[in-house]
Amino acid sequence: MASEQEIFEQVREVLVDALAVDEDEVEMGSTLVDDLGAESIDLLDIVFQLEKKFNIKIDRGELIPTEKLDDPKYVQDGKLTADGLAMLKEALPSADLEAFSQNPVIQNLAKVLSVKDLVHLVSTKLG
Amino acid sequence: MRWFWMDRYTVFESGSRAQAIKAITRSEEHLSDHFPGYPVMPIALVIEGMAQAAGVLIHQYYNFTKKIVLGKIPRLAFTDVDLVPGDILVYDIVVDYIRDEGSMVSVKVHRDGKQIADGAIVFAHLGEEYADQPLYGAGDLDNLVRAFGVFDVGVSADGEPLVDPSLSRD
Repeated sequence: MASEQEIFEQVREVLVDALAVDEDEVEMGSTLVDDLGAESIDLLDIVFQLEKKFNIKIDRGELIPTEKLDDPKYVQDGKLTADGLAMLKEALPSADLEAFSQNPVIQNLAKVLSVKDLVHLVSTKLG
Repeated sequence: MRWFWMDRYTVFESGSRAQAIKAITRSEEHLSDHFPGYPVMPIALVIEGMAQAAGVLIHQYYNFTKKIVLGKIPRLAFTDVDLVPGDILVYDIVVDYIRDEGSMVSVKVHRDGKQIADGAIVFAHLGEEYADQPLYGAGDLDNLVRAFGVFDVGVSADGEPLVDPSLSRD
């Protein structure tokens, strides 16, 4: 089974390719949007490339649980509720949600994603 | 008016692959200025042709119900950009991924049997929030796919000829 470091190195290759960043810019704690400049369409590209590289399938909502955002239990007035934040923490156990929790507007949801979350997702898929 | 940078499909297999051709002609107006005395097809328009050919392939997979827009070109390299009147470009498209939120295709371009470009395109599939923003005027899309020959050469995943959905509409 691939180690976390091995998975990270391959995830980094994907990010260097998809986001046109230098290898040394990609660290485990780098956030995809703010640190690496990813836009929403890049996330789709990254998912496709991760699937290809690791021969895995990443379903919609596995990266960001978007399908639950219509539920008023989780989102009210454009912000995640306490239940929504708990749901997010469960969906992204490796994510650092502290800053996002201060103003949890759903437009900023993608900003919580970091390289660590991708590594965790791939690692989980690979078992 | 829309500009189209492919002429017609020669192969169209729903949801999996297509081949389209673009014949460059001296009568294309932009070639008068690009460049004076030396007409050469702008590469940006070749890319647009690749995206149009691939986009309709994805669009047809959803029976023309989804809004498909070019999202990103993650990789693309040309080995020859000297594309002149008389050349026939062949766009070969293979669908790599296709799912509700987006799709990705690989595209190769050949001229005279020689590959001149290789790349990939990511399409975004717009959600319900864009339902009231049509990408085409009434009837334009039907005319477009018919003119491209989708229903002349197109086959379903099972190999059955594609049926023009506009023929069964009220």
